Amino acid sequence: MFTSRVNRLSPYLFMAPAVIIMAIALIYPLGYMIWGSFRAWDPSQTIGEAEFVGLKNYITLWHDPSFRESLGVTLRFAFFCVSIEMVLGVGLALLLDRNIRGMSLLRTMFILPMMIAPVVVGLMWRYMYHPSVGTFNRVLETLGLPDVDWLGSHALTSVISADIWQWTPFIFILSLAALQSLPRSALEAARIDGATGWQQIVHIKLPLMMPVLIVTALLRLIDAFKVLEVILVLTEGGPGLSTEILALRISRTATEFRELGVAAAMSNYLLILLMLLTVGMFAFNRWQEARAAKVRMAAEEDS
Amino acid sequence: MDQSYEKQNPAFYAVIGLLVFMSVGPVVLMFVNSFKLDVDIISGTSGLLFLPTIQNYETALCDVLWYEPDHLEFCSLKFGGAFINSLIIALISTVLTLVIGAMSAYALVRFRFMGRDTVSVTTLMVRMVPPAVLLVPVFGLWNNEFCLDKNGLIGGAIRDAFGGRGDVCLAGTHSGIIIIYVAMNLPFVIWILQSFIVQVPRSLEEAARVDGAGPFQVFFKVVLPLIKPGLAAAAIFTFRIAWNEYLLASALSDRNTKTVPILIVNNMSEFNVEWGVIMATGMLLAIPPIIFTLFASRQIITGMTAGAVKG
Repeated sequence: MFTSRVNRLSPYLFMAPAVIIMAIALIYPLGYMIWGSFRAWDPSQTIGEAEFVGLKNYITLWHDPSFRESLGVTLRFAFFCVSIEMVLGVGLALLLDRNIRGMSLLRTMFILPMMIAPVVVGLMWRYMYHPSVGTFNRVLETLGLPDVDWLGSHALTSVISADIWQWTPFIFILSLAALQSLPRSALEAARIDGATGWQQIVHIKLPLMMPVLIVTALLRLIDAFKVLEVILVLTEGGPGLSTEILALRISRTATEFRELGVAAAMSNYLLILLMLLTVGMFAFNRWQEARAAKVRMAAEEDS
Repeated sequence: MDQSYEKQNPAFYAVIGLLVFMSVGPVVLMFVNSFKLDVDIISGTSGLLFLPTIQNYETALCDVLWYEPDHLEFCSLKFGGAFINSLIIALISTVLTLVIGAMSAYALVRFRFMGRDTVSVTTLMVRMVPPAVLLVPVFGLWNNEFCLDKNGLIGGAIRDAFGGRGDVCLAGTHSGIIIIYVAMNLPFVIWILQSFIVQVPRSLEEAARVDGAGPFQVFFKVVLPLIKPGLAAAAIFTFRIAWNEYLLASALSDRNTKTVPILIVNNMSEFNVEWGVIMATGMLLAIPPIIFTLFASRQIITGMTAGAVKG
């Protein structure tokens, strides 16, 4: 009698710690933030004392040119990072998908950048971009070329380069894994039919890898909206607003301008954006599974 | 697997060499610079000809060294303390996340219960929440709401024991930072471990149950040992996030609980950057992740592919 009750309760006991912690430290704060975004809230007040202002924060933000600027910077940053990383990562995977000595050592060296703290990545690149002592300008000088103002007029490009350095390996590793799990028979058949290397890539490898590639790109896109530390260390959002992505603007609005309500509304805009991406990813996954099931069914009926 | 390697043409090896140089180069550069004096870094056109010195590391670690470095009059950089804070926070939050995450992943995979779908969808959705979004509410809650009244029983006891004024709040404590890291990493860990638990044969669990083991014994003695590779992968990712995180830690920590990333950022933003010391602190922060990469790259790759391909 007792054991059966324990057994019936056990899934809840197993779930309880995770549910409690996530409720306290994720779900409740998110609700709190949504509630706070309708208030004129500054850090000296508790949220109950803050005045209710309805949608005012959202409307102010929508018409605020610097918010729009920073939204634009975020979108540009995410778009360029993800598309360049995808091209490079997939290209490298196609290039290196060969049976060569020391592949595992090579992969180890490629994942190194991803594991290092964003703060440290920012620090390394800030040194390399430094106008007088930095590596890049030193090299340019030895070659007799004029200096480049990396973190000034080319700040966004420089920041994107640092992100590409850190995250291209992620896409490389995932597409390599996808490549190596492709059905050998299809490639074999193509080779026998006399397809060139290039034809194999365009007509067989890429289409077969597509599901994994789309999921990878979406994951990377979601992550690109989370980037903050690298940019904070490299440029602090400057010069002007040229590299101030939304995450950085949220943190500055909250800590420097002390407008928690506005920062909360901004967080909500970012959250809505990411929510759309995530839902898109789920929808794609469902669709993919449904299609795979249909194909499998058709194959079974044939046999 | 056939172990014969294809012969490639030299251009291919040149490309590989270039790629390795590009990915490892910046790290090596930082490593080399952390052994240079500032004079050498600023003036030195000669990349490799210099006298290596550990002076930068002495400056960084001055508060935990057993001797006083000659070149320092005053130990201003409290790096050792921050390093210990980082270790405490990262280790405890990793262990907690793994145990709690494995338990709920097990429940989600093996049991049918009310609210299972809700929990699993919520877990997936909160995976995309960026730390910046949590900054505002967590700062507000940890400072104002998650507090114990100083006149209350437990709060009063803590105040008496540790001194200070005002209510006892989560902000500024190790536990305050740990709890948010655990919550942030849980969705990812639950997701990854699910795919490992599915592979555990049910017959093993049933055999243990027939032998009279309760659900918790089955979980801790049969399932956990079998999913060790998954746990290792999840542990590395959790540790990495907790070890590297800056934003939330900077909002929640005080003078005594600040972590290494905060210390580095604070030192960077000062006007006169001491490159040598900064590089040394950066190197010290990067050492644990580098060690993981060198010794557990297989687990890292497993974790990445399990987390993404199924996600």
